[in-house]
Amino acid sequence: MVDVLIVGGGNAALCAALMAREAGASVLMLEASPKDWRGGNSQHTRNLRCMHDAPQDVLVEAYPEEEYWQDLLKVTGGETNEPLARLVIRASSNCRDWMRRHGVRFQPPLSGALHVARTNAFFMGGGKALVNAYYRSAEALGVKVRYETPVTEMLLDGDRFVGVVTEAGERITAKACVLAAGGFESNREWLREAWGRNDRGEWPADNFLIRGTRFNQGVLLKAMMKAGADMIGDPSQGHCVAIDARAPLYDGGICTRIDCVSLGVVVNREGERFYDEGEDFWPKRYAIWGRLVAQQPDQIAYSIIDRKVVGRFMPPVFPGVVADSLPELAAKLELPVETFMETLDGYNAACQPGTFNHTVLDDCMTEGVAPAKTHWAQKIDTAPFYAYALRPGITFTYLSLKVDDTAAVRFADKPSPNLFVAGEMMAGNVLGKGYTAGVGMSIGTAFGRIAGTGAAAAARAAHTIGRH
Amino acid sequence: MAAIDTLMDLAGKAERELDANVAEVDRILHICNACRYCESFCAVFPAMTRRLDFNVADAHYLANLCHNCSACLYACQYAPPHEFGVNVPKALAQVRRDTYIEYAFPRVFGELYRCNGLTVAMAVSLGVAAFLIATILIKGSLFVPGLEGEFYAIFPHNTLALVFGAASLFSVVALAIGVTRFWRQVSEPGKPVAMPAAVGEAAKSALTLQYLGGGHGDGCNNKDDAFTLWRRRFHHFTFYGFMLCFASTSVATLYHYLFGLEAPYPIFSLPVILGTLGGIGLLIGPAGLFWLNMRRNPLQMDDRQKTMDRGFIALLFFISLTGLALLAWRDSPAMPLLLAIHLGFVMGLFVTLPYGKFAHGIFRCAALLKHAIEKRRPNPVQAGAD
Ligand SMILES: Cc1cc2nc3c(=O)[nH]c(=O)nc-3n(C[C@H](O)[C@H](O)[C@H](O)COP(=O)(O)OP(=O)(O)OC[C@H]3O[C@@H](n4cnc5c(N)ncnc54)[C@H](O)[C@@H]3O)c2cc1C
Ligand code: HEM
Ligand code: SF4
Ligand code: SF4
Repeated sequence: MVDVLIVGGGNAALCAALMAREAGASVLMLEASPKDWRGGNSQHTRNLRCMHDAPQDVLVEAYPEEEYWQDLLKVTGGETNEPLARLVIRASSNCRDWMRRHGVRFQPPLSGALHVARTNAFFMGGGKALVNAYYRSAEALGVKVRYETPVTEMLLDGDRFVGVVTEAGERITAKACVLAAGGFESNREWLREAWGRNDRGEWPADNFLIRGTRFNQGVLLKAMMKAGADMIGDPSQGHCVAIDARAPLYDGGICTRIDCVSLGVVVNREGERFYDEGEDFWPKRYAIWGRLVAQQPDQIAYSIIDRKVVGRFMPPVFPGVVADSLPELAAKLELPVETFMETLDGYNAACQPGTFNHTVLDDCMTEGVAPAKTHWAQKIDTAPFYAYALRPGITFTYLSLKVDDTAAVRFADKPSPNLFVAGEMMAGNVLGKGYTAGVGMSIGTAFGRIAGTGAAAAARAAHTIGRH
Repeated sequence: MAAIDTLMDLAGKAERELDANVAEVDRILHICNACRYCESFCAVFPAMTRRLDFNVADAHYLANLCHNCSACLYACQYAPPHEFGVNVPKALAQVRRDTYIEYAFPRVFGELYRCNGLTVAMAVSLGVAAFLIATILIKGSLFVPGLEGEFYAIFPHNTLALVFGAASLFSVVALAIGVTRFWRQVSEPGKPVAMPAAVGEAAKSALTLQYLGGGHGDGCNNKDDAFTLWRRRFHHFTFYGFMLCFASTSVATLYHYLFGLEAPYPIFSLPVILGTLGGIGLLIGPAGLFWLNMRRNPLQMDDRQKTMDRGFIALLFFISLTGLALLAWRDSPAMPLLLAIHLGFVMGLFVTLPYGKFAHGIFRCAALLKHAIEKRRPNPVQAGAD
């Protein structure tokens, strides 16, 4: 029987596997996906939010614990757990040497992402390069990996882990286990149920795109809920951003973002604006736009810009719809031309003179139009005109297993002796709502490592007991 | 008429192929430009962020800037089987072949790249045959006792100098015209920059093969996502081996004309030491590159260049092997035979310099220089989402 069984194959699972193996345990990983698709959402990530008190290789200046904590407190609106959050923050300050030892490499912030140069360490080549490095290191250390092996059932004896059953019906037992199988964001049925039906009679989640993997079906979250594990986090919530409507249903990843929203206007299917596009810098606002678009009829909206701002935002992956006049653009988008023109004419007329500067919160704003546009409000009047259709793209869900600082799964507020959880499956403890770039990987790395160490110790304990 | 139609057809096909290859680069780099995760691996991605669309000139430039290290293939979240099917090294390799064809001088000879294995084999066979026949014509036999070490007793020095001088002059001119045309097409006017610094940086990148290091210095990929420095090392053996052989020949020429010292030179003379060291490098390097090439993941390469790459590797290997054999047996009756074979291989290399894999070094240097210049100018795209 193997000492430690790891369910999942993303960042949290790999960190747990490596730590357990380094602690001397024999380790078997079960990854649901084929090898080509391994790594879950972790393969789409680009950085890790890191505390540091002084400049560190790719990180500039300082990002002290307190500031990091305040940032988390702000984005979660208090739905966090201070001791666990601080544990993650401190772990983020010293995990990178360990990551490097296992082959992860860091790079300076990507062009277009300088706003996080101080707070976030970027993985060279992105998350897939990180995942590849961890798999190489794990295999070199003797961790066994089985791909295409989704787990469907948990075998428990009270609060004690016994084994799992795979989709193929195989029973695999182990002395200890780490669950790191992600959230339920890939499960369209569950999303539909969670988001429910709106006043228009629509099921909004039917129009959501999944930004990451198709393998995070939440099977184990469900299984653990059924088994009576303690849960945390709003089951009806997820992190949702506005992305290109033409993105593939799964795995569109980072490149499907549309970064021109704040430089133009956004209209819905009726040809009407519905929110201040210039409220703040786009990286600070793209998350609320997922929800905003989800509230529009048909869960679609259109970002409209003109020639003047081309080259002023990160280039979109697909070409926009182009037209030489605004009515023509509306017609191409199959929007009601009259309302569309009323909206744009109204907006254009409301634009006040100012000095446009897309790199600061400038003084270009509208007056006398609702909703107002409070920055970067320039007339949309220079052909050609471009449009990009937007849809809500779901990044992850918040529903989690409740943990304390040992990463043990809990039943009726008592920790299991040999079942642990890491990554997205428990991120809701720290991040009950909201998001700030790079926190997902910080949580997964910190708790993956704790869970791996804990599981190895639990396996050792089981071994000693077994001998007597 | 039919012949003209066929020719037109061929030309049309080549053009469509070029268009398709450039279109693929444009498609893929639009995805990369929206993603940028690979920015630190090499120079291609920083160069990409200076552009929003990729025309024919951009594609040629970026294709030759790429060192085919393939780090960006294994790191790519959109690589096959993803529906985006992003494979940067392959797409750029395909355009690289088009560069060699398009910019060859004279242009029609560019077509030789389409069947490069055959081109090299023919050049070598003809070269060897010509020298063998010449030897027999001059001396009546390939085994001539009494000529031990007397190279110029078979081919007078001036004849050799003339024949090889003419061949290399032609090759150098053809390569120079090709790369000049390439340069004209890919370079655009801009703010003047400090040229010495730019040239120095480009030379350093080329001489150290910086971009086979993967950005982190761990090396490049060959058969899977693990990094290896061996491709760079074997290329160093090859490149510096080649340069040492070249130095050996140059020194020997100086000895001959300046000091009236005639070959064969003693074992511990400069030309022989340089030639022997270079020859050893040119055995180890190509052998290693061949070994790596055979094990390379087919996803990383343009299939149609396999014969060109391997043919060139083999050619270098055999030049060195025959050269070292000639050194070993220069005092035996087999000398004329060995000399003829060695000269034949060298001639095969010389005449195919502008129509074979050798061109990669020249175009890559040009692309590196362009990059070193361009990065010293402000980025025309101010896309900062900050
Ligand atoms: C497009 C995108 C970009 C992101 N960028 C960042 C970023 O830059 N920085 C950051 O910190 N966070 C980012 N995130 C969030 C980040 O991806 C997650 O926080 C993190 O990857 C979670 O890691 P994990 O190991 O818990 O889950 P995952 O990496 O999703 O791994 C889950 C694994 O479990 C496997 N699995 C699922 N079900 C089963 C089963 N039943 N049996 C066996 N295996 C199973 C899956 O195949 C997968 O391998 C991003 C997310 C997305 C979608
Ligand atoms: C001067 C600048 C040069 C540069 C920057 C350069 C760079 C490179 C790079 C990046 C590769 C790997 C990608 C590819 O196959 O195209 C390569 C391959 C190769 N180079 Fe060079 N090169 C240079 C000169 C030379 C010279 C002078 C020789 C030998 C005479 C040479 C011999 C080879 C060979 C044999 C290969 C093929 C090996 C393989 O299959 O990987 N190179 N070169
Ligand atoms: S190769 Fe892939 S991961 Fe790298 S920049 Fe391009 S799209 Fe992004
Ligand atoms: S293969 Fe290597 S050199 Fe070429 S673009 Fe990719 S990372 Fe750059």
